[in-house]
Amino acid sequence: MYQYTDFDRQFVRLRAEQFRDQLERWQRGELSDDELLPLRLQNGWYIQRYAPMARIAVPYGEISSAQLRMLAHIAREYDKPDPALLAHAQATQDELQAAQPGLTLAAPPLRYGYGHFTTRTNVQFNWIPITKAADVMDLLASVCMHGIQTSGNDIRNITCEAYEGIAEDNIVDTRPFAEITRQWSSLHPEFTFLPRKFKIAYNGSVEDRAATGWYDIGVQAVRNDAGEVGFTVKAGGGMGRTPIIGTVVREFLPWDQLLNYIEAIVRVYNRYGRRDNKWKARIKILVKAEGQKFIDDVEAEYKDIVELDGAPHTITQAELDRVQASFVVPELKPANLPSSVNTDGQLYQRWLKQNVRGHRLPHLRAVTLSFKRVGFAPGDADADTMEALAQLAEQFSASEARLTHEQNLMLPWVHESDLPALYEAARALGLAQPNIGLLTDMIACPGGDFCSLANARSLSIAAAITERYQDLDEVFDLGPIDLHMSGCINSCGHHHSGHIGILGVDKDGKEWYQITLGGSDGTELSGPALGGKVVGPSFSAAEVPEVIEALLGTYRALRKPGEFFIDTLRRVGHDPFKAAANGARFKAEEVAA
Amino acid sequence: MKQTLRILSAEQHAGESGADEGLKVLQLPNDADPLAADLDLEGVDRIELQFPKFTDGRAYSQAIMLRRRRRFAGDIRATGDVFVDLLVHMQRSGFSSAVLREGVDASAAQRQFERYAGFYQGDVEQKEPLFAREH
Repeated sequence: MYQYTDFDRQFVRLRAEQFRDQLERWQRGELSDDELLPLRLQNGWYIQRYAPMARIAVPYGEISSAQLRMLAHIAREYDKPDPALLAHAQATQDELQAAQPGLTLAAPPLRYGYGHFTTRTNVQFNWIPITKAADVMDLLASVCMHGIQTSGNDIRNITCEAYEGIAEDNIVDTRPFAEITRQWSSLHPEFTFLPRKFKIAYNGSVEDRAATGWYDIGVQAVRNDAGEVGFTVKAGGGMGRTPIIGTVVREFLPWDQLLNYIEAIVRVYNRYGRRDNKWKARIKILVKAEGQKFIDDVEAEYKDIVELDGAPHTITQAELDRVQASFVVPELKPANLPSSVNTDGQLYQRWLKQNVRGHRLPHLRAVTLSFKRVGFAPGDADADTMEALAQLAEQFSASEARLTHEQNLMLPWVHESDLPALYEAARALGLAQPNIGLLTDMIACPGGDFCSLANARSLSIAAAITERYQDLDEVFDLGPIDLHMSGCINSCGHHHSGHIGILGVDKDGKEWYQITLGGSDGTELSGPALGGKVVGPSFSAAEVPEVIEALLGTYRALRKPGEFFIDTLRRVGHDPFKAAANGARFKAEEVAA
Repeated sequence: MKQTLRILSAEQHAGESGADEGLKVLQLPNDADPLAADLDLEGVDRIELQFPKFTDGRAYSQAIMLRRRRRFAGDIRATGDVFVDLLVHMQRSGFSSAVLREGVDASAAQRQFERYAGFYQGDVEQKEPLFAREH
């Protein structure tokens, strides 16, 4: 993991101090709500449906045991609503439920005292009062964490694929480059008030596991014929109302030019991106509208940065060496804990198959703990669980864990000999469901239970599907399926890239859901990044599990032996799936009953 | 960092229209291209850049381009929706003066400049990024 320097440590402390100063001036009336808004967003503080939400950055997903313990402490001591507030919030949710007879699914009660892992490797808390916000930022700074630019129209938390530095197909470990980019982008004076948010993802492996096609800037590590390291740079990908896949703007950028080139892209965007319409303000709209001219503008700007400005942000070998030194293989020793697991049993074997991945070091494995389980929303971890995770990481993985894009937590340095003991410990925590990559390993945003942007709830849908598909024989038979759901068109749940996507929409104050088919995040399983296609008019919440069942039934009926859902869908086309989905609508009399 | 940015009230700014002092002042809208061939900066003493809303950050890029690419050495002034939390960004982007929006309390300005010992990325004042200066 990256080791903070004295400068880095002081920087996050001062950022927390600055935020405290801003909050105090706001409380005294010296800063208006409008002025505070972007300032608090730039520190990760939203005001949601019932309470503030804090979004804490976990840069490229890497988190230490000490940091997990601090998140557990914050969940336990600070993620606590006032009883009256909670009662009001639950009553409001109950009214929403009661207003839609026959259309909804059972709604899990609102929960508190936990952190939520997001698709962009942030951790969110939903109930911390704004009066405690500055104290929480001080605590986070004490373990080298922060919420810098986790929201706002700026360069957001930077992500990498989860298996950087450990995957067998890793070309270049991009974590050092992501860290260098994180530092460069932090409190950038020119790029703090962009037209809209700006997200950068790195992928250092052959397989794109970072969804780089879907990012404002997607950076893919490559080696040229001479063996030199560089990057293919894509720009203009994004989800939202207008899903667009990024365009390659540079096939091979030498590694040391990364910051100069990103500066060129972001400057062109800052100058020419649309600011008249929020829905047209992302860089994807500019790239699409301008086409080749955008690329020409970026190249011209890059040339000026190099030739006129003297390329001041050229990454030096010394700096790369310094940062890379933080990402070497840690000191490893097996835990050698006893275990009574039947390693020949089917459950264990299934866990090995789905949740354990090969490693570039032959005696090691990468183990994913599944946060897709009955009774919890996808990606939720309560205080006790995070405390236990800290210990698991300490015992089995050199005190390091990684949040994944799919809202799970992965231990990157597990000895093969420790797998049975780790399995036993994970099972005791309810984190050993062997479902990674399968239907129930779904992605979901917090939706209408918490988010003020949401048009519909996603957690009740996630809960219904999780409960319905608890038969592991069935889930294994269905094979790998990406099920992604978002509570609104902002697409935090990445519905566009799901093989099956679910999108919450609002019609006359009621919750409805659009279903899409055939999306891809860009992995080998799913093929080149692609947005899914809508199957037809939207469905009620109660119909959604029936629609999923109908889609899966169609797959089972039409598949060739060994063929995956996405491949059957692509081979036979969407029509039979569409027909099945639309056939699963309730008749009017059923709804009335 | 040392505060070099001159902070003006709206009144002070109104009293410095330039006409009395014989200054040549250029007002540039925030969608203007600072590198345009027909933008003549000869003899210009001050360029006023605009923040119609503080969330519209185009003028930061303009200021940087005026300093770095046009080597403009005169006064660059931030006008419009300006308050104290933006001033450090402005100085780092090449502004040399800023007019606080009417009603903004300037007392909190000084400590914004004193807070950070340094920044990661280079800027107009400090061209090199941290990694090229240290380590």
